[in-house]
Amino acid sequence: MFLTDIDMGLSIVGISLKMGLNGISMALYLLASVVGLAAGLYAIFSKVENKHWYVSLLLVMQAGLMGVFSSVDIFFFYFFHEFALIPTFIMIGIWGGRERRYAAMEMTIYLTAGAMISLLGIIALYAQSGLNSFDMITLKMYLTAHPLGEIVQNNIFALLLIGFGILVSLFPFHSWAPRGYAAAPASAAMLHAGVLKKFGLYGLVQIAAPLLPLGVAHYGSTILWLALGNVILIGLITMTQTDLKRMLGYSSVMHMGYAFMGVATFSAVGIGGAVMLMFAHGLSVALLFLLADCIGRRTETDEMPSMGGLFGKTPILCGFFVAATMASVGLPGFANFWGEFSLFVSIWHAHPGFAVGAVLGIIISAIYGLRAVARIFYGDQGETVSDKEISDLSLAERLPAIVLFIALIAVGIFPRLISDDVNKAVSATYPQAQVVEIAPASVVNPTHTADHES
Amino acid sequence: MSPDYGTYQTFADANQWLAIWPEISYGVLALLLLALEVIFPKLKHALVPRVALFGQAVLLILLATRIGSVPEVSAFGDILQFSAFGNIMRVFFAACALCTSFVAGIYLKRNQLPRVEFYHILLVVAAAFMLLVQSGHFVMLFVALETVTISLYILVSYSRNSTASLEAGFKYLIQGALSSAILLFGIVLLYGTAGNPLLEGTATDPLAFSDIGHFLALNSHNYVAIIGALMVLAGVCFKIAAVPFHVWVGDVYQGAPTPVTALLAVASKASGFIVLLALVMGPFEPLMYITKPLLSTLAVLTILVGNISGVGQKNVKRVMGMSGIAHAGYLLIGVVAYMSGVDMAIHAIIFYLFVYMLASFGVFSVMAHVSREDDSIMMLEDYGDLLKDNPFLGTVLSIGLGSLAGIPPLAGFIGKLLIFIAAFKAGLYVLLGFAILGVVISISYYFGWIKAAVFRNPEVDPIHSTLYIPSRSMRIFMTVVTLLTVVIGLYQGVVSVLL
Repeated sequence: MFLTDIDMGLSIVGISLKMGLNGISMALYLLASVVGLAAGLYAIFSKVENKHWYVSLLLVMQAGLMGVFSSVDIFFFYFFHEFALIPTFIMIGIWGGRERRYAAMEMTIYLTAGAMISLLGIIALYAQSGLNSFDMITLKMYLTAHPLGEIVQNNIFALLLIGFGILVSLFPFHSWAPRGYAAAPASAAMLHAGVLKKFGLYGLVQIAAPLLPLGVAHYGSTILWLALGNVILIGLITMTQTDLKRMLGYSSVMHMGYAFMGVATFSAVGIGGAVMLMFAHGLSVALLFLLADCIGRRTETDEMPSMGGLFGKTPILCGFFVAATMASVGLPGFANFWGEFSLFVSIWHAHPGFAVGAVLGIIISAIYGLRAVARIFYGDQGETVSDKEISDLSLAERLPAIVLFIALIAVGIFPRLISDDVNKAVSATYPQAQVVEIAPASVVNPTHTADHES
Repeated sequence: MSPDYGTYQTFADANQWLAIWPEISYGVLALLLLALEVIFPKLKHALVPRVALFGQAVLLILLATRIGSVPEVSAFGDILQFSAFGNIMRVFFAACALCTSFVAGIYLKRNQLPRVEFYHILLVVAAAFMLLVQSGHFVMLFVALETVTISLYILVSYSRNSTASLEAGFKYLIQGALSSAILLFGIVLLYGTAGNPLLEGTATDPLAFSDIGHFLALNSHNYVAIIGALMVLAGVCFKIAAVPFHVWVGDVYQGAPTPVTALLAVASKASGFIVLLALVMGPFEPLMYITKPLLSTLAVLTILVGNISGVGQKNVKRVMGMSGIAHAGYLLIGVVAYMSGVDMAIHAIIFYLFVYMLASFGVFSVMAHVSREDDSIMMLEDYGDLLKDNPFLGTVLSIGLGSLAGIPPLAGFIGKLLIFIAAFKAGLYVLLGFAILGVVISISYYFGWIKAAVFRNPEVDPIHSTLYIPSRSMRIFMTVVTLLTVVIGLYQGVVSVLL
């Protein structure tokens, strides 16, 4: 359903502002609003310099995010992404933590390169279709009826894969992420890691894969291998991190690997699962960055070995942190479970070998997650904890955490809240892929799904 | 009546003076300024800049409202060609001159330089630019070009007490004269071959664009003519600072007074591009088999050299110079796309020139405010903490640089987008690859500048350079330029006439 269609003056090249939502974008739109609410709440109660600028940049970012997922015009899809990205750079540069100038510069150059490459891919898609339209729906209808040649599809898909891959930190294009997130102020990290980063995957799911099915088929195994690199290699790197925020940065890189694998299977379960995981991961990683900032401000360090024993002083913070860690590992009851579960089903079905690697990733993430909990909250009180007056989460910090937590639990218990719409949209977007019930059937009998699919 | 009188009558009828009212008005305004100086010697410091600004503003508005009305006349025996396109460029140069006057206002006042002459020459240059881009005859082209160039020699060395300015003027003079000589020699070669009665299609007027085009179509492999055409193009490439004709840029941009640097970077470059377009798609169209690969190569070189020399550059004026070279490279891609038969490329180029003008003048007007006695030695570090010291200047600078870098949602991004789309339609994939590479490299110096101005570096004490607090009129001017950059980036409907 279209909400609007406004000519912005670029109709000469077929660009007009069209906004609307389908099941896939609805889920991410919802994610943007929930994380945005939490990040905003956290920002307005925080004590930053020039808070009015900080909050207004955050709102610009939020506007961009809402625009990304509601754009039907591919140009504006890209445009709003940049709209949200620029404030991120500025916020890191001005309000960031350690190495902020370096991190801001690195992230800007790296992500601009990614954005530029994906822009090339988008323009290539537009130019090759010969339609003079950037409208996603028109393009989809036309290209389904008149598919592009295989080589053209492969080349455009390669451009989009590299461009989007950089933006989502697909291995080996991930190195900007940990440093950038470690330096970013909390609200910016929440919005970027939680929502904005999903732009690339969303682009793959909504634009690249349905319009260029041959390209996906051609590069499917490449994506799988790279994504396995995300899960295993980055997972191992994550385990060695002692810096809390950097560890979270790496872990968010790692979890994106699962979603890429889901897209590479090119099945309705895999793609639906990727969307579910994007939604759930956005919530859990935002919650983790929020809590990491709360911890960092209390202990005045991000080094986990020098913390310890925080549980005695901040039980509520500990509770939230454990919950968020569990959610990100994929414990049943949290939204992440459904995403990861359907992904594993689809990966197992398509490439059993990779499924083994993916499950190994779960173990890795459980190890680093639990070890982080143990280092921060249990054991003897570290030197940064013992000699300080440390209070538990204040109401202003609890509020955004509760918002995210409720969303995680709600979708964890009633995945149908979003999975039905995602399912419908995925099966409409991918008529070629076989449709399988994502969540509800597998609640009852996990093996049933796999059987049914075959 | 004698027959001679009839001939004169025809000539007189052909001279549709009304068709060049904008150029005449600029000339009159320029003379008026000199007259005012003589009539009101005591008031001249207050009066002349105001008259200049006001007159230009009125002319700009008049030109902008009549952008669509093209005179259906052939004037002066077709040495001028009127088109809607020419009208748009008139608005462009009028706007350039107005912006330069604003930037000059603060510069001349601060350095206590005579103002009347500056505005006078500036207005003459503006009129010459307008004639240059509408010329349809090599005589007109050369005369207009020399009017511009000689005026610019004076303007570049205008700051007589500054050695940097004098050095820049000297260097510009030497290299400008060389390029003029090359251009002229090329014209002569064309004249000689096209006027050769032994060759097929010999021209009755071997200097008119249309006649030369006709001649070249029949003799597209005549070596002398080709060499002539290439020499003409080389002279034009000097104007747009395409590699390898860019060597003058660094020193001249650095030494010239800031408003003149702006004029060189924007108006001079734009006029070069329009002339280039008029030539390669006009008389030299039959030579496209040579000019297209040649310009493609130049585009790649220009993008690479411009951007790579920008990295690590610390002097702000040189940064603007190198960035200007890089922008010439992107525009050359547009030219090549247009030569490949993509009609929208011309709109892309015009749009790009306008947004480049807005962004550049935003940056240059900040540069005029942040400065020490000699503004040719301003470094990136001198901009440390600008946002904190003066949020207004910091914002204008960041938005201007962001637009030059092509960061959405600023207008510069739309300009690049249109160029890229045109290039894609023309199938110039290799050029696009280099353009993307160039854009990514350019982020490092544009963002390095923004970083210096906006992100505080606790380890380094900022050098607090003398900040001139912008006056009210400057504030209005800078706000308009910056707002336009943002608004055009978001809503291109406001400039639909360009698209």
